[in-house]
Amino acid sequence: MSMLEQAHRINQRYRAFNHVAESLEAEGGGRLAGFHVSVKDNVCVKGMPSTAGSKVLEGYTPPFDATVVAKCRLEGAAILGKTAQDEFGFGTFNVNTPYSIPLNPHDTGRSPGGSSGGAAVVTAVADFPHLAIAESTGGSISCPASFCGVVGVTPTYGRTSRWGLIDYANSLDKIGCMGKTVRDAALLLSVISGPDRYDSTVLHAPVEDYGAQAGEPVEGLRVGVPKEYFGEGVDQGVSDVVWGGVKRLEDQGAEVREVSLPFTRYSLSSYYIIAMAEASTNLAKYCGLRYGLQLPLVGSFDEYFSAVRSVGFGDEAKRRIILGTYARMAGYRDAYYLKALKVRTRVIEDFRRVYRDVDVLAAPTMPVVAPRFDEIADMEPIQHYMMDILTVAPNLAGVPMVSVPCGESHGMPVGLHIMADYLGEGDMIRAATAAEAS
Amino acid sequence: MAEAARLNLTDEELERYQKQLKVILEAFRMLDEVDTEGVEPSFHPIELEDVLRDDEPSRWSWDPLANSMHKEDGYFRGPRIQ
Repeated sequence: MSMLEQAHRINQRYRAFNHVAESLEAEGGGRLAGFHVSVKDNVCVKGMPSTAGSKVLEGYTPPFDATVVAKCRLEGAAILGKTAQDEFGFGTFNVNTPYSIPLNPHDTGRSPGGSSGGAAVVTAVADFPHLAIAESTGGSISCPASFCGVVGVTPTYGRTSRWGLIDYANSLDKIGCMGKTVRDAALLLSVISGPDRYDSTVLHAPVEDYGAQAGEPVEGLRVGVPKEYFGEGVDQGVSDVVWGGVKRLEDQGAEVREVSLPFTRYSLSSYYIIAMAEASTNLAKYCGLRYGLQLPLVGSFDEYFSAVRSVGFGDEAKRRIILGTYARMAGYRDAYYLKALKVRTRVIEDFRRVYRDVDVLAAPTMPVVAPRFDEIADMEPIQHYMMDILTVAPNLAGVPMVSVPCGESHGMPVGLHIMADYLGEGDMIRAATAAEAS
Repeated sequence: MAEAARLNLTDEELERYQKQLKVILEAFRMLDEVDTEGVEPSFHPIELEDVLRDDEPSRWSWDPLANSMHKEDGYFRGPRIQ
């Protein structure tokens, strides 16, 4: 069976793609020669429809490759297709989209997690050399990686170029990657990291060979276990499996100690206010004129734009646009938006302080295993947001993180979250390989 | 708020969002507990350095109008300004 036939079969079974490539083209040798790379739908691939999971971008076909995609092609990868996601990344279970709602390969009655759900599904089931480009704003790589039992890497903010990303929240968006093993994901991380003339927010620090860090000894590595990440709301079965992963690190000579990040409990509100405020300004560009969903030109400017936006945006997008607009409005800006940015400073200080004493942090990625779709249907929006309690803090601070499969609970995969200091991807990869369940 | 965000909402949406947003905004007020006296806001997670590139003219190689159905003589065509 050809690779494309396999991709279509994965799609029939798990609805993981929004678009499968018409043909596979790879240019010669390189570090990714022989690999097939799937790309989250919000990252532009030349000639492939890219909707970011939104109807407002229906029919949009980018005439260019995002920088990370161009880098993959230069290293010999073939692009397999565009993977399913929540609309613009607005979701934790990949159910907020009018396109494909992917199914968890471990139990198709359960969500694969979001928002990079399709990426995690393809990574879990592909039995050919495959890597995934994914993206995280508040946990959209870690969550599906944890729920599907794959490795998901979110780099330091600015480690990878965001050029060609259909953005959600500029100060939070990070393009990252997934693989079946830490070594695979680390290889792709090295390829997509580094400066880009089209994105002035990219860090110019040298790019290490992260793949070479995989499997390096962890003896003497200082691992902090933040007590706030094992509290109320975290499933006992998940906790137990995660402690098993921490034990593996300790058995290999890592020094494990308990640490505290006291502002953790405030990170969820801070994150959602900032993310929604930035999203509401970013989404102002969708006016139905230049690309994506377009209607016959009827009525005034405001009437036309409002008509396009009202049919183009889904439920969660509308909710976030309204909340974000509110948080930025005169009279409320200080109480919500500015307050959230100041609390973010406190959260960043938490991480900076703790990284003086430890090299990496280890915690559960998600408080639970993948929920069933019927459970999700009964949840209110605020309960969806609460699911992100463990992933938003590092995303708000912009530190790198990886979710690595470390066992099972209730018959479903459990992810261990390794978070490192800014540009500490090397330590992070080393720790992740040591904790990886074999 | 919906008007400011250029969204036409149905009565059903208005009612549902009002209920949901009330709950969410109340939860957000938890931030009032944090003492942020004298704390600077973090618009970005990390300090960014200015990096300048050579000031050379360049041109995109693609057609910016390629994805639009509203165009005329090389321009985008918009709705009437009233």
